[in-house]
Formats: sequence, structure tokens, C-alpha cells
Amino acid sequence: MTALEVRNLHKRYGQHVAVDDVSFTVEKGEIFGIIGPNGAGKTTTVESIAGLRTPDSGSLSVLGLDPTKDRAEVRERLGVQLQESSFPDAIKVAEALELHSSFYRNPADWRELMELLGLTEKRDTQYKALSGGQKQRLSIALALVGNPEVAILDELTTGLDPQARRDTWSLIERVRDTGVTILLVTHFMDEAERLSDRIAVINGGRVAAVDTPAGLIARSSGARQVRFRVSQPLDRSVLTDLPDVTDVEITEGRWLVTGRGQLLSSVAGALARARVVAEDLRVDQRNLDDAFVAFTGRAPESPGNSTRRVG
Amino acid sequence: MRALLKMVKVEGTLFLRDSATVIFGVLFPTGLLLGLGAIPALREPSPETGGLRDIDIWAPTALVFGMVMIAVQHVPAVIATYRERGILRRLSTTPAHPRGVLLAQMIVALASVVVSAALMTFLAWAVLDIAPPERPLEFVVAFVVGYAALLGLGMVSAAVVRTSSAANQLGTLLFVALMFFGGAFLPRVVMPDVLREVGEFIPPGLQALTAAWSVEAGQITATAGGQPFWPQIAVMAGIAVTASAVAAKLFRWE
Repeated sequence: MTALEVRNLHKRYGQHVAVDDVSFTVEKGEIFGIIGPNGAGKTTTVESIAGLRTPDSGSLSVLGLDPTKDRAEVRERLGVQLQESSFPDAIKVAEALELHSSFYRNPADWRELMELLGLTEKRDTQYKALSGGQKQRLSIALALVGNPEVAILDELTTGLDPQARRDTWSLIERVRDTGVTILLVTHFMDEAERLSDRIAVINGGRVAAVDTPAGLIARSSGARQVRFRVSQPLDRSVLTDLPDVTDVEITEGRWLVTGRGQLLSSVAGALARARVVAEDLRVDQRNLDDAFVAFTGRAPESPGNSTRRVG
Repeated sequence: MRALLKMVKVEGTLFLRDSATVIFGVLFPTGLLLGLGAIPALREPSPETGGLRDIDIWAPTALVFGMVMIAVQHVPAVIATYRERGILRRLSTTPAHPRGVLLAQMIVALASVVVSAALMTFLAWAVLDIAPPERPLEFVVAFVVGYAALLGLGMVSAAVVRTSSAANQLGTLLFVALMFFGGAFLPRVVMPDVLREVGEFIPPGLQALTAAWSVEAGQITATAGGQPFWPQIAVMAGIAVTASAVAAKLFRWE
């Protein structure tokens, strides 16, 4: 079953093309990640899905509905946590949750949600007195208070400390386990890799790739590297003769082997045949950061950089 | 409907937590009237005004003060802040249209000036012996229609400003202009005729409020060339409708 379908989405603001041509499909029950550099069109894409922007061309479908024409129905069934959204300073946590739950036909139990997000002890705290993490958790709770079938979470853990980020991740996994489809926009690669079933990489207003995290990493990887020390003398040619190996460097007893394909098993096999034990063996683990660089030509922002930006 | 009631409740609670607005918008008009009433010279019946005291004639200005404060200072500032901080935008992703929050704001703004006016007319009567409105029906009509005209101007201001600080600046400007015709700087009774006649077209319509409160005071503040009571009300109703339509046309949600 398809939860979201985006076809050839195009949106410009005056001369500036925010989204050039974006298409992807999100299946029900999936956590679908969107990553890409700042200004790639991520936020405009999700705002169009949320019905906040009207696309210039292309088509959108949310649970089979059109976000522009079937506004009311989409709003009942789609929960949104926006980047840069806020609430009145003096509103208390419990008041905000109770108020928002009154907007929906079949709301979730807001007290339960407040408990789930660890906000119960802050129930009588005014919004302006909450910490960044608590504000973020309230915003997530409000996105889920309508019992949505699909939730859009834009920059979910921006501004949270590492423990709060991990807690939020497990919360999102629990929410997904209840059958909610999640569209996750993030510029944290670890977050996208950990949570997403599939990821779209958006670059320059276009989809550069859509795949599972492992698939993206595999597709992007060029050279692989293996490092080790050896217990006995070893002739370089033992490794340079291997078809998978492209280069061998030896610096002060440390071997650095560069190659492709099943590099590690080729090297390990050759060493075993030569009766040499490799010590301190390390394989350069490729991750989503590398895939991001490969597909966008830019480095992802580090998780330490927690400033909010419009993407 | 349930969502609107909840919004009115929440906006009302937020209003009460905003102590500056409660003090200046709701309590200050009464304090101002009682303070001026403490000056003996203003409590002297004057033969030129048919035995009325200055305070009797001036009382409606204190009422206007609270109405203007809430309608053109408080409401636009809150709405501009809600827009600036993405609160309206956030609401438009829920089944509750952000229109609801504007409506809730206006309901709370009306309730607060009703409380302010009730408190003031009661204490004016109890402490200063200023009689309650002599023509209660006309008074309520002049109050509600005049306030609707003021809120209309407030909503135009909320519609055109981009930021909350611009809302505050424009609000202050409107406040000073409206309070001039509201008799805060120069009592209506000593204004030249031309200013009094222009004042009949300036919300909330001080002359209509004065005449409905005290027939005698109304005769003293009226001019020979001025409009009768009901045409003044019609002017205020026209301003309310026009301003609301303009505000609705110009309003930006983000």
C-alpha cells in the first residue's frame, strides 16, 4: 500500500527554483528518510506534502488524497512537526496537548503521549520555560496527538543532546511499530541510517538516489581499504598480485591495502596462505556520510552543529 | 465548535497571564477615572454645564481608553507574534483553521472590554456617584458597534504588519490618534466644533457613548452641525464592516 506519492514535483519562488523535479513513493508502515544539503529542496518538498505550499507542477498524493483539494481530510490523517514552528510563550504543556487533541476526530490520548515523551512532570510548565529538547518533544507530541496515519518530522532531533536524540529515535521506532508511516527529514546521517527503511537523497531540487541505507552505501562505495600489521616479514607481491588489490603502501610496518570488491576476504585468504598473522586488522567502514558525499558532492553537516536552518 | 471553545478558553487563559495587558487594558481605565475623580476641582458641579461635574462628562473617555488599548494595541501584537513565530502556520497543518485562533482572539478581546466597562461603570457609580447609563440599550449598541469598528482597525493593522515590533509601533500610533479624538488629551467638551464633528466618524464613537451614558452630557458635547445618535452608529457599523473586509483581503497567514 502506498502512503505517499510524489510525482515530478516542481516549485519555484520567483526566479529561484526550490524544487526542480522530485519523485518518490513511500509505502505504508515505512520510515522514509530525506537527506540532502541545505537548500536542496527538502523542506519545500515536505511543506508541499503537508499542504502548506501549492506545487507549480507535478502531483502529490497523501493516503490517496490530494493535499490541496482534500485539505480537511489530509489534515485529519497527517501529523506534521515543522522545522521552526513554535507555540505561544505562556501556554502550558498540558494545555497545548489538550487544545490540539480537540482539533481531531479521533485523537490519541494526550496524557499517554505526554507520558511517552517524558513531559508529564512538565505538564504545568509554560512553553517559554521549556528547554530546547522539551520544546522539541512537545512539538513531536503535537504532531502525533491526532493519531495520524502518516507523520512528517522535519529536523527531528536538531538541538537535542546525544542522549535525548537516542531516546527520540527509540520513540520514533515505537511509533512506527504502531503502524504509522513516517517521513523523516534530517541532515544527520547517523539518524537517517539508524531509522530509515529507505532514504531519498535530494540534491539541487532533484532526487539523486532512493535506496535502503545499505543500498546507498553499497552503490556509492568506490575504493575500500584494509589496514593491518604483520607478525612476520611478507613480500609485497603476495598482495599486489591479487586481482582485487589496486595499491599497497607500507609505512613503518603498517600495511595499507586499497582495492575493490571482496577486498577483505581476498587479503585475509592471501595472508592465511602465506601463513602470516595480521594484527590490528581494520577495515574502513563506509557509512552514509560517504554515500552523501558521493551523491551530492558535499560533506554532510556534523551532528555537533545544531543550528536550525531552512533546507 | 469544540475546538473553537477550547481555543477561546486557552486564549482567555493566555490573556489573563499577560499581566501588563490585564493591568493597562482592563484595570487602568477604572483607576484613571477614580484617580481623576479624586481631584476635588473635577467633582465641582459647574453652572455652565447645567450642574454636571467635569468627571461626569469625561467618564466615557476612560471607557474608550480600555477599548482602544485592547483592540489596536493588544490584539494586533498577539496576532503578529503568532504569525512571526509560525504559530498560525503550524495551526494550518491541523484540522483547525488558523481563522479559529483569530476568532478566539476577538472573542477574548470583546469579553475583556466588557469586563473592563462593567467594572468601570459600577465603580464610577459606587465611588464617584456617576449614574449608570441612562439609555442602557443605546449604550450597549454604541459600545458593541464602536468596539467592532475599533477591532476592524486592529485587524487591518494585524493584517499589514510583518513583525510584532511593527505591530507595536503601528498600534501606538493608532492609539495616540484614536485617543486624541477619544478626548484623552483634550476633553471633547473643549474641542473646537470641527474636531468634534470629525470625531463622530472616529471609532469607537465617543459622542454616541457619551450621549447614551448621560443625555445631559451628550447635549453638552454635541455640536449644532453634528450627526444624531443613530447615524453615528451607522457610521461605526460601516467602518466595522469595511475594515473587516479589508483585513480579510490583506491578511497573510505567514
